[in-house]
Amino acid sequence: MPSHGGATAKVPTEAGAPRGPDAYRLTAGDNEYDDGSLLEISMGPQHPSTHGVFRMDVVLDGETVVKLKPVFGYLHRNHEKIAESASYLAAMPYTDRLDYFCSLTNNWAYALAVEKLAGLQVPERAEFLRVITAELTRLQNHVCLAGFLMQDMGASGTPLMYGFREREKILDLFEALTGARMMCNYMRFGGCRCDTPPGWLEEVRKVVDRFPRFLDEFENLLSSNEILMARTQGIGVLTRDLAINAGITGPVLRSCGVDYDLRKVDGYGLYPKFQFRVPLGDHGDTYDRYMMRILEMRESLGILRQALDAIPEGPILDPKSKLRGFRPKPGEAYGRIEAPKGELGFYLISDGSPNPYRYRIRPPSLINLTVLEDLCLGHNVADTVTILGSIDIVLGEVDR
Amino acid sequence: MAATLDQLFVQLLHGMTAPLPEAIRPWVALAISLGAILAVFGLCFGITTVCERKAIARMQNRLGPNRVGPYGFLQFAADGIKTLTKEDIVPRTADQVVHFLAPLALLVPVVLTFLVLPFGRNMTAMDLEVGLLFFFAAGASTELAVFMAGWSSRNKYSLLGAMRAIAQMLSYELPFILSTIGVVMITGALSTTKIVEAQAAAPGEWLARWHVFTPWGLAAFLLFLIAAFAESNRSPFDLPEGESEIVAGYFIEYSGFKFALFFMAEYLGMFSSSGMAVTLFLGGWTAPFAFLDWVPSWMWFFGKLGVLIALFIWVRGTTPRLRMDQLMDFAWKFMLPLALIILPTAAIWHYAGRGWLGWLVTAPIVVGAYVLLGRSLVGRRRIRQRSYRYAAT
Amino acid sequence: MLGIGLIKGLAETGRNFVGSYLDPDRLVTVEYPEERLPVKENFRQFPFLVFDGEKADIGLRCVACQICEKECPPQCIYIEKSKDKKPDHLGKPQFYPAVFDIDISVCMSCQICVEVCPFDAIKMDQQFELSTADRFRGLLLTRDRLAKPNSHFQAIHPRDAAEIDMRRVDERAKAEAKAKADAEAKAKQATAAAPGATKAVASTPKPAAAPANEGAIS
Repeated sequence: MPSHGGATAKVPTEAGAPRGPDAYRLTAGDNEYDDGSLLEISMGPQHPSTHGVFRMDVVLDGETVVKLKPVFGYLHRNHEKIAESASYLAAMPYTDRLDYFCSLTNNWAYALAVEKLAGLQVPERAEFLRVITAELTRLQNHVCLAGFLMQDMGASGTPLMYGFREREKILDLFEALTGARMMCNYMRFGGCRCDTPPGWLEEVRKVVDRFPRFLDEFENLLSSNEILMARTQGIGVLTRDLAINAGITGPVLRSCGVDYDLRKVDGYGLYPKFQFRVPLGDHGDTYDRYMMRILEMRESLGILRQALDAIPEGPILDPKSKLRGFRPKPGEAYGRIEAPKGELGFYLISDGSPNPYRYRIRPPSLINLTVLEDLCLGHNVADTVTILGSIDIVLGEVDR
Repeated sequence: MAATLDQLFVQLLHGMTAPLPEAIRPWVALAISLGAILAVFGLCFGITTVCERKAIARMQNRLGPNRVGPYGFLQFAADGIKTLTKEDIVPRTADQVVHFLAPLALLVPVVLTFLVLPFGRNMTAMDLEVGLLFFFAAGASTELAVFMAGWSSRNKYSLLGAMRAIAQMLSYELPFILSTIGVVMITGALSTTKIVEAQAAAPGEWLARWHVFTPWGLAAFLLFLIAAFAESNRSPFDLPEGESEIVAGYFIEYSGFKFALFFMAEYLGMFSSSGMAVTLFLGGWTAPFAFLDWVPSWMWFFGKLGVLIALFIWVRGTTPRLRMDQLMDFAWKFMLPLALIILPTAAIWHYAGRGWLGWLVTAPIVVGAYVLLGRSLVGRRRIRQRSYRYAAT
Repeated sequence: MLGIGLIKGLAETGRNFVGSYLDPDRLVTVEYPEERLPVKENFRQFPFLVFDGEKADIGLRCVACQICEKECPPQCIYIEKSKDKKPDHLGKPQFYPAVFDIDISVCMSCQICVEVCPFDAIKMDQQFELSTADRFRGLLLTRDRLAKPNSHFQAIHPRDAAEIDMRRVDERAKAEAKAKADAEAKAKQATAAAPGATKAVASTPKPAAAPANEGAIS
């Protein structure tokens, strides 16, 4: 009989499957977990609930996670280097593809950085349009997140379908305004690309007016559901200190009670003009992270109503801005916004040439993902999936 | 007329077996019944899959399958042809024999459980004196098949699924059986036919004596139903195949027709447990009101079965999935004590009589036990709705 | 009490189940090949080349300036300039694209080529049913497949097309007026300076300045 250590019993060779007890040993054979008591499973990149091509190398004791190694990079597209070799404008459509749920906020963050670099002024109507599209983006991102989280919990798609039903209406608005549903490519340096088509603002108002009905329905369906509460409360607790030290931002940070929302802190765009509140959680668990999104959606609706009431007529593009031969003065700039997933920042260095010398993104998804192992250790394998879902990552942004 | 319709299938079977010699007649009758059960419930399985997909689609505001046949109702035929013609992949390192046997070992006991179900008046394929016992014995042996499938596939996910399945099915076997003991106590019989007959309306009464119309019976019915959800691995207890966690659980390495057999066994298991719930608590083939007695008995049975299956589908479209430890907690700390409390309640009901006195005594016991056990289950985990604060500014 | 949230959820799905039969706001599915939603005016798919008049090889607006080729983020445009020139709508001799290819398997429909084009020559099409069995030649749109008449552009983007057509008519009128004035002035000069020499009239009119809409397309 082969001994239990080392390389004797492993993945079977071409000659045929090994027989005897070793044939059924499921550990990899030559790693540190080879005493047979721990089980190493690879969740992803082809797993139903890893939100894209993401892999978690999980070591289980029974069903309890004792080690978790996130593996990513399957979707690396060399975005930053491509942007450094293309013109400033040509990077704009690529930013759509970072976090492909929120192309408009990505556009905004990049436009903000370039505007700082080149000293462009955004006309007021364009600022309003930016706020409206960004808040609509936030709505549809959070709706999808809540739906996917429930899907990870095994709710056979019902909440996800409700979320998609509402998201569809918002995507229709994006299509009417920008020409594309997801890859909007709408904002330009110093404004927006095109003005609203006739009747668009009324359509937005209709969607905004109907949205609370959907939110109430969604909360009826789930927020007080005992199974949901049992599955999420006290699971994946993120402490305040760890969150701050790890640089977590967005709803995940606010769920542990840290009052940090760039819309308030930086006051970029026209946000200081609007009345809205920042919801805070006290526990930092999956349920709080879920509820942060639900509550933020209600605040976003408030911002949208105010913006729709106050939007002025006027130009939408700074006349100094030009599409061809755009060469900002040498210098550097960092533009950041509160994207639905957290702080999205673009750092640019210009050397006076038509393409940026350095182009760097601070992706909220990637930085929020770094605490995954801390959140998952000691929990059940079923919880890793919900914790991952509640962090809200998009692999296009993680891998870039 | 009503009587002939009621006994149509019984007469048919009698006519088919009458020319045969006495010695082999019961065997042939049994074989024909089994064939009929397979045909009817096979078709039921197909139609249920379509209905389930359509119903869940409607709950999700979608249309559901609507391309194959009228309103998409032939979708199951297309699916069947597809699974039959798909390549059957067996992992090279799998235990070939066990891997092959597992779907069969799952399907056969499930089909056997149908033999003791009374589908109508005189329509029990095998009227055993210990029918209930037979049902549970046959039903419990499916657990072995599930573990065979999970173990022989030599896949980590399938092993996890099989472990979950074993733990879950064994745990829920207890409340599943205990919730029926009350019925056995009251009727004094293990024969399914006798249990149904005991629930028919007594002469001169307008309401039938279904067990679900009593406090203990209602509670036992709900317990039985919840345990049936768990036994047939249906949402919210579909952990063994929890798609978002362990991909497909114990049948992850099955493809083609073997996969279809697993799928079929799951649905047949759901039918048989629903049928048993109908038999034990919903009066089997009896009419709820005396004046509806003219409706053929088998129609009542299948109607009630349909209602329960609709409930299964409805719950599946609504709930998220429990976690393993919560599942265990629920079985051992909530369902088992409640089932044990229901037993003496049934006894009290028996002596207090069916009148207002019985209600007055037993209803508070059942409701109180439910509330207290539920509160302790939830309170231990500190699960509650929360209120949220907003940042000052 | 245990189970209340669950029952609330069941009520909600039940309401949606019934609502999907009664409320058109809930059942939002559009069965695509049979039912189609109206295409939105701003909708964009892949670029096409606009030509005026009847014939694509005469009326093509593109002058092969290659700005779109340079600006295209995924570099999916390939242009070869012609050797000869032919007059554009203002009468000025211009190059034209001998080869103009767009690889729509690479194109990401970002519309930047449309924005940077100073001649209103490339616009976004709305045709989206482009699936093909030939993934190389079938997805490489050559100049002939890209060229579509202005009437097509007017049909899919009425507001933009009307604006551009007005501008072009204006430019043309201006150019013609200027040419006329130039010609008259020249003729006057010629008659004044050397009576009898009328060849200056026949010479090509001075081209108008390049279209003044540079950078103003939004």
